[in-house]
Amino acid sequence: MKEISILVGGKAGDGIRQAGHVIARFLNRIGYRIFFYDDYPSLIRGGHNFSIIRASEKRIIAHKETVDVIVALNQDAVNNHKHRLNPGGIILYDSNKADAEGLGIDFMDIVKKFDGKPIMRNTAAIGALAGVLNIEWSVLEMVIKDAVGHEIDLNLKIARNAYDWIESPSKSVSKLDQKPLPLVSGNEAIALGAVKAGLNMYIAYPMTPASAILHYLAAQENELGVVTVHPESEIGVALMALGAAYAGARAMVGTSGGGFALMTEALSLAGQGELPMVIVEAQRPGPSTGVPTYTMQGDLAFVVHAGHGDILRVVLAPGDAEEAFYTTGLAMNLAWKFQIPAFVLSDKHLSESIFSFDADLDKVEPEKPLLWNNQGEYKRYLDTQNGISPLAFPGNPSAIIKATSYEHDENGITTEEPEAISRMQRKRLRKRKTLEEELEKYETVNVYGNPDSKTVLLCWGSTKGACIEVAEALDLKVVQPLILEPLPVNALKKALSGADKIIDVEVNATGQLAKLISSHGICIDDMILRFDARPFTVDALLDNVKEVLS
Amino acid sequence: MTTIKELDTYAQNTWCPGCGNFGILTSIKKALADLEKDGLDLNKVAIVSGIGCHAKIADYINVNSFYSIHGRVPPPMTGIKLANPDLTVIGHAGDGDAYGEGIEHLIFSAKRNIDMTFIVHNNRVYGLTTGQFTPTSPPDFKGRSTPKGSPEGPLNPIELMLSAGATFVARGYTKNMKHLQSLIKTAVNHKGFSFIDVLQPCFTFFNTYDFYNERVYEFSSKDHDVSDRKAAFVKAGEWAYGEGEKIPIGIFYQVKKPTYEEKLLAGRIPVQLTPGDIRPVLEKQI
Repeated sequence: MKEISILVGGKAGDGIRQAGHVIARFLNRIGYRIFFYDDYPSLIRGGHNFSIIRASEKRIIAHKETVDVIVALNQDAVNNHKHRLNPGGIILYDSNKADAEGLGIDFMDIVKKFDGKPIMRNTAAIGALAGVLNIEWSVLEMVIKDAVGHEIDLNLKIARNAYDWIESPSKSVSKLDQKPLPLVSGNEAIALGAVKAGLNMYIAYPMTPASAILHYLAAQENELGVVTVHPESEIGVALMALGAAYAGARAMVGTSGGGFALMTEALSLAGQGELPMVIVEAQRPGPSTGVPTYTMQGDLAFVVHAGHGDILRVVLAPGDAEEAFYTTGLAMNLAWKFQIPAFVLSDKHLSESIFSFDADLDKVEPEKPLLWNNQGEYKRYLDTQNGISPLAFPGNPSAIIKATSYEHDENGITTEEPEAISRMQRKRLRKRKTLEEELEKYETVNVYGNPDSKTVLLCWGSTKGACIEVAEALDLKVVQPLILEPLPVNALKKALSGADKIIDVEVNATGQLAKLISSHGICIDDMILRFDARPFTVDALLDNVKEVLS
Repeated sequence: MTTIKELDTYAQNTWCPGCGNFGILTSIKKALADLEKDGLDLNKVAIVSGIGCHAKIADYINVNSFYSIHGRVPPPMTGIKLANPDLTVIGHAGDGDAYGEGIEHLIFSAKRNIDMTFIVHNNRVYGLTTGQFTPTSPPDFKGRSTPKGSPEGPLNPIELMLSAGATFVARGYTKNMKHLQSLIKTAVNHKGFSFIDVLQPCFTFFNTYDFYNERVYEFSSKDHDVSDRKAAFVKAGEWAYGEGEKIPIGIFYQVKKPTYEEKLLAGRIPVQLTPGDIRPVLEKQI
């Protein structure tokens, strides 16, 4: 398999992620499929940032511990990562800032030659790397023009000078006969899926790793036809979204665990008031502030159980950019069809990693919710057979719409009568049944690897990428439930039937998926848990699985 | 035209006899009926309430309503207004809601100058939870949570709203109903964030009728320049929600400023927006 992994590292403020983007894009342009992992601490200047760009001839959704090239903008990048270097690998470093065995070029000197800014060392590094990889200059030139927003000529001069430094390309990558694909992060795929499903308003308070959804939509409000709002707090966010939904706007909110904690009273209100909303919960390590810029799958139990009272909800857990696109679209449609809160449960690793994006865009369309037919007297909570009451919105000349946090009668007037209360509870229970029946129409559990293998790697969300590659290497089966609430018990049992050994693979400390499915009588045999706030890499997980199997 | 009677619902009213809330209910219904005569479409009105005695008003008025949760009146109002700026949004909150649990939302609504009307049923006691001190209870208030007297002094919501940037700040009293109706109508017609603190005696837990009857006086634009922010602060300082000789009711401040939804939406109406084409956006990311 043709593939190459490149690590670019330096301190915060060196433009590491930006450099990684350009590298990913020129490899994309010559036909490679990309997975881009970004690792950065919670600070603005200093510290150590690095990105790993893995490029392959086939679709990949995970990275490896080991790399073929290290591009080092400082000494830390050499010291912290040289152990990752594959045999025959090379370290390309700024000889002005670091010392290493490898190819040293004074990037600072090149920048100074053209009166550039210190941050443009990253451009010099990109130019030199393109030389090492034997990328045609015209490809790099086009990418710099497209990707670098300002001082393009200056950046081109610096890149070209560094490019010309390389006399013989030591890590030549050949052009592939594949069409380049858009490079899309998990967060961007979530945003686009929501837009495709008719998003009108995105409301969010900044919180890593979900903030990029807000930034992406805000920057392209007009192109995407979305209004973005940044309110005073997550409490304000969630309740504004419910107000917007009451008025008829398709709203989505996005946050991480700490922000979602503040939204739980609104979640409960959505349950009682039967108000649609889409909540993106991009997990990061907790408890509390935890490790803000790293990854964890630690909020599954929280999201599935959050809120006081019996709340009907749906929880979708995508594992790559395409799934993020589809499931967010599905979340929006389910939220409105069933007038419920719908979750997209992401994590830092999915939200901020970048993927070659190859989704069937037409698979996501806005589906019409059940609207009132304007006949007779409107009842917001009409007691129907399937539990779904027709929607009408304020401004309708013949309806009075009363939404409420109290238990209520069909009109939305408060009730404390036992019969009326159980009637509404039963209506919502019937709606749960209708939802469960609807979900049977979808692929709720994915199977990868060898479907006949008796050994199963069970995973959810972003862990799927590493699991799939490990399963392919060891001829195992992977089972990934895409919907975690209501849990598709039958589909999951079917996918796991015949397995002798089920190994649960999760990025959290307690095995939250294993616990969740055990309450439905599904037992696992072994667990591989990672909880150092880093995602599984293919090679590290391979070692873990081999150990469990030995 | 809608009559006051038609603005009633079948919900049984459960406020205590003598409750100040009745004065607000009558005033808002009368104000809505009058506003309809002036051209307001009542189907485009949405009322939001919090939780507490005041909040039952959502059940008692036959217009669109969103019966929210404690402290969270402004955020659903904001969501409704932003989603469909064509709607007239009126909030009812208690003093616990507005000045306690949800004070951040109130301050931000004023700061943004979003076009909506916010009416606080300020009885200066928690009624539905049977008598504890609130952010506007007088100093040393003896309630069930502070039997030896509240260790906190009251905040002055009029001053707070002036500081936060509200463009319409008023105070009313439930016994002066004609005055209150007029305040509500002016507030709804004001383009921007309109705030009315309504002094509302709680007959059961904090009966302030005599106290207010002796002290409340109406002022008007004849003796007060509503566009003068300094004068508004002076007026607001006449009574600090404790003891005092005189309690002014009327419009403290009213100025015109650009509204939040005008700036944020720039003419867009979210409930009418159609999603854009994502393909050109993706093209840029190759």
